[in-house]
Amino acid sequence: MKPSSTVPDTAGRFGDFGGRYVPETLTPALDQLAAEYQEACGDAEFKQTLDSLLNHYVGRPSPLYHATRLSSHCGGAQIYLKREDLNHTGAHKINNTLGQALLTRRMGKTRVIAETGAGQHGVATATACAHFGLPCVVYMGEEDIRRQAPNVYSMKLLGAEVRGVDSGSRTLRDAINEAMRDWMASVKDTHYILGSVVGPHPFPMIVRDFQSVIGKETIIQSQAQTGNLPDVVVACVGGGSNAAGMFFPFIEHPEVELVGIEAGGRSEDPGEHASPLTYGQPGVLHGSYSYVMQDGDGQTCDVHSISAGLDYPGVGPEHSYWKATGRVRYDCCRDQDALKGFDSLAKTEGILAAIETSHAIWAAMQIARERPADQKVVVCLSGRGDKDTAEIARLRGEVAGQ
Amino acid sequence: MSAVDTLFSGLRQQGEKAFIPFITAGDPNLKATSELLSALVAQGSHLCEIGIPYSDPIADGPVIQASYTRVLNSGIGLDEIFQMLKETAPSLNAPVVTMVSHAIIHRRGLANYVSAAKESHVAGLIVPDLPVEESADLAAVCKAEDISLIQLITPNTPADRVQRIIDATTGFIYYVSVVGITGERQTLPEEIIESVQSVRDKTDLPICIGFGISTPEHVRLLAPVADGIIVGSAIVRRYASSESISPRQDAGLDTETVRKVGEYVKTLTHALATC
Ligand SMILES: Cc1ncc(COP(=O)(O)O)c(C=O)c1O
Repeated sequence: MKPSSTVPDTAGRFGDFGGRYVPETLTPALDQLAAEYQEACGDAEFKQTLDSLLNHYVGRPSPLYHATRLSSHCGGAQIYLKREDLNHTGAHKINNTLGQALLTRRMGKTRVIAETGAGQHGVATATACAHFGLPCVVYMGEEDIRRQAPNVYSMKLLGAEVRGVDSGSRTLRDAINEAMRDWMASVKDTHYILGSVVGPHPFPMIVRDFQSVIGKETIIQSQAQTGNLPDVVVACVGGGSNAAGMFFPFIEHPEVELVGIEAGGRSEDPGEHASPLTYGQPGVLHGSYSYVMQDGDGQTCDVHSISAGLDYPGVGPEHSYWKATGRVRYDCCRDQDALKGFDSLAKTEGILAAIETSHAIWAAMQIARERPADQKVVVCLSGRGDKDTAEIARLRGEVAGQ
Repeated sequence: MSAVDTLFSGLRQQGEKAFIPFITAGDPNLKATSELLSALVAQGSHLCEIGIPYSDPIADGPVIQASYTRVLNSGIGLDEIFQMLKETAPSLNAPVVTMVSHAIIHRRGLANYVSAAKESHVAGLIVPDLPVEESADLAAVCKAEDISLIQLITPNTPADRVQRIIDATTGFIYYVSVVGITGERQTLPEEIIESVQSVRDKTDLPICIGFGISTPEHVRLLAPVADGIIVGSAIVRRYASSESISPRQDAGLDTETVRKVGEYVKTLTHALATC
């Protein structure tokens, strides 16, 4: 099957994947969002407002940086970094939250809710809401509140209310459940700014489109700097938004290899990783049909990742579609290897990457090693690592103390 | 005709309304569910709604969430639940329907799930996360097995969707009284009588009202426009707080808790029968 970039259809299907499996209560709001988004896409002023924000507020375009010392450290292909970490708020998440905040205003809604794992989407939502003067509630699992403390305080400083979620595994999946429940009761005047390409239609499409600025810029920058397109493009996959935004503009350039890296956790055993595309099977979670870690009864399994932003049992439906069509190759990177990727980038280039991103860095290093020096590997550097330094210190302290 | 259709045509002939309690399968153990079902029917319930525990129930409030979590933590699976229903349902003098997430149905396979339900004497399915647009395949399977596919209408369902949902529904319409999740409410929205009436004008299907209902006053308020009244969290809360609950599957419930739940349900069935 040849992958298309005209997906999804009007029912939100990417091939077999996607759709909308939500309570009736949410259906009118999702229809409204889809209609409003379609209208906005045809509205030159909407596009202008968003572009202007991306340029002057976020600081786009983000650089495409030739990491020469990391490249020679690996001794193979040239590694380029798409610097989403240099965006305002330090990650790609802001590309989506500004777009959805503009949609919130267009719909006349007056309150915003969001979920967050690593806290990057929470900070980006709180930022967009502060910018537009919208009240904002962010749901965050208690385990993530612990391991991403700096972002929790930032959200508060930005005027958002952070609500801890202590059900289930107390991570991203539970935060999404709680945000959905809030939305069930508040849907009339509240917009839910979902942070990744997951959930019911039209979220996977809207978030992908807002994030596609990453891939579009990369194409232009690669052509300008190197004269052609990269040979390989690598991105980490939690829900899959930075990867979808990077990959989507490349879908119809079949000569460019696309590689998505999931969180491989401690091992391939159930519960020890968060790699549904690698080890899971198709099923329904959070309103969409996609690869998921489920038991034989359809119960969502607990997952593990060193990184809060990748610690999720599901993945966006378009990634399942890309896997099914063979357009994107998916693999995973273990916790310990992600830490090695983190260290290598820090020491060779002076860049602290988010621990989520570090999964893609490590994978890109392995790919670069196997390729000749005239090939180019682009990695989506989805976020900066300041939020992770304390947690890395804690993990190292434990190891050192043994 | 499924057993749900037979029930409602009989009730209508006698000018009666259905009382529909909701309990979670396997909470606190399988024998308890079976005992509770008998007690609920003995106190005048006409149809029983069984919640199949799910790990990520986004339409449920804290009481039912906690109930699902208890069961999943105790290791009870779908096969054991079906087995319990198979043994219990035939002796109940009331049809059983299950509230079940599409995640579970999909994982088992639509045809497999529905035929296992049928074998366990389940008369209908309520799938809260399967909107009408996605329901055609399951509807076809249910039709072949003569199981009702009960669809939900909410206060914010636009008028044109109401008709589509009606057209895709068998058994009864589940009218959700509030925009929100399950859980007891002090007061119900004022517009509810009018909203249900507007659905009534479009269909002869029975309409049962659920979410938030917990008192005899609620029952008396809604009975004039409803064919049935569904009560969940208020019942689950009463047996969940029992001190002597045991997760041993053959432990059952202490008689005091069963009596307490029965007495509470009796106040509601009495309110329904006398208005
Ligand atoms: C820096 C960074 N990268 C990646 C992710 C994973 O999300 P996604 O797969 O949607 O890009 C997160 C999520 O919090 C993040 O903060």
